[in-house]
Amino acid sequence: MKRRDFLKGCMACGAAATLGVSQKAWGIGSFEGYPEGMGVLVDLTRCVGCRSCEAACNKEQQLPAPEVPFDDKSVFEEKRRPTEKAYTVVNRYETGKEKGPVYRKIQCNHCNEPACLTSCFVNAYTKTKEGAVIYNSKVCVGCRNCMIACPFNVPGYSYSSALNPVVKKCIFCYDTRLKYGKPPACVEVCPQEVLTFGHRNDLLKIGRDRIKEKPDRYVDHIYGEKEVGGTSWLYLAGVNFDQVGFDTTMANEPIISNVKDFLGIVPMVLTIWPALFTGFHLLATKNKNHTNHEDGHSAQEDHKP
Amino acid sequence: MYAVRNWLIGGAFMLALIMSPADSRAKATPDTLELDALVNLYEKVHFNHAKHIMLVKDCADCHHHTAGTLTSNPNCVKCHKNSGGTASVACRSCHFVQPFSAAALRQKDKSAYHNDIMGLKGAYHQSCTKCHAKMGGPTGCQDCHTRSKQGDAFYSAGAYAPPQAHGEGKQHGH
Repeated sequence: MKRRDFLKGCMACGAAATLGVSQKAWGIGSFEGYPEGMGVLVDLTRCVGCRSCEAACNKEQQLPAPEVPFDDKSVFEEKRRPTEKAYTVVNRYETGKEKGPVYRKIQCNHCNEPACLTSCFVNAYTKTKEGAVIYNSKVCVGCRNCMIACPFNVPGYSYSSALNPVVKKCIFCYDTRLKYGKPPACVEVCPQEVLTFGHRNDLLKIGRDRIKEKPDRYVDHIYGEKEVGGTSWLYLAGVNFDQVGFDTTMANEPIISNVKDFLGIVPMVLTIWPALFTGFHLLATKNKNHTNHEDGHSAQEDHKP
Repeated sequence: MYAVRNWLIGGAFMLALIMSPADSRAKATPDTLELDALVNLYEKVHFNHAKHIMLVKDCADCHHHTAGTLTSNPNCVKCHKNSGGTASVACRSCHFVQPFSAAALRQKDKSAYHNDIMGLKGAYHQSCTKCHAKMGGPTGCQDCHTRSKQGDAFYSAGAYAPPQAHGEGKQHGH
């Protein structure tokens, strides 16, 4: 009955081949954001480091009282990053130019294909259609994989909580504002209109127009347009981005592209390899005499009439 | 007889000439303005308009071309070389109080050249502090508007400042 075995083998292999990842899943890595996704254009040539955005975020997200007042400029003496108590911070960078120091607002960039979302094995993160990347604290197990995955080092962690530490970060004021079409608290309070709120696609156009109209004022690049697959928070600056703390070595591919090829092959491999190596084994041991061999076919063939 | 008539006509004409000021706009221009559209964290601004007219002289420096004077900004002149005054010269007639509300975003004409107009708060600060920095005017937040009690709470400053950290106690000789 060897033909039947052959046909069975063909069917099994064919099924395994189609078991691979579906076409839609291979499309991961080229998502350009939801069409109605909102964003914020941050114009670093306008920021004067007043820290009103930090104060507004603190109030809106009901964060604990700060250690120093929000109009205290001494905090600029060291570089800070977002923490559980401050979802956004402003840093000052001396660029040595006569334009003076450059201030930069740091917060979650709400990427189109977030690395945090990709790395979370409990699906705590969601990329909403309004553009915000939000998280569910109740689901979070506090493993901190997202903190490792985030290329911008954004998520903070509630180290202060002994029993239930979870990840904390900027949520684009989704629950209180973005869901209803309103701009986040930091955008509304900024006196210099550093932050421009709108649809991401429109902000890219506005950013390009600003560069075109004043080419001496801006560096010809919108940071976040393509970096790691595109972010919702876009930056314009008057000096090179690496001088103000941005990582300019990022690829234009989202972080998931580093692993999707490898991971996509795993189901196929796990199905084909056992069958393949079983085949090899049978081929290699075809004519040998086995002890404990109870297969009727071979036993018959081995028997001398 | 005709001399008297002529003298009367001439006199009346001169009187009319003298009575109508050359720049009748100046009569309607206020000397001081209370800018209170954005009162919240800070009190209203007591704006000395007369002083600024004396210092700046050219209306276009702040009002673009809307006050009837020609703008000299090379970028604006491309289209607004002959643009005259507009019905309203108030900043808030084009710079909205809430530029990012859902309504404002819907209203925005994306094909217009001016699709990136700043809101009122941004326009005030960008326009005023830019010149103040150059001319030595006030640039600090409280130099133009004092912080309200709400503002103190918002910034965790003033009466609402957090208690001093222990490190500050060094000066007490511990």
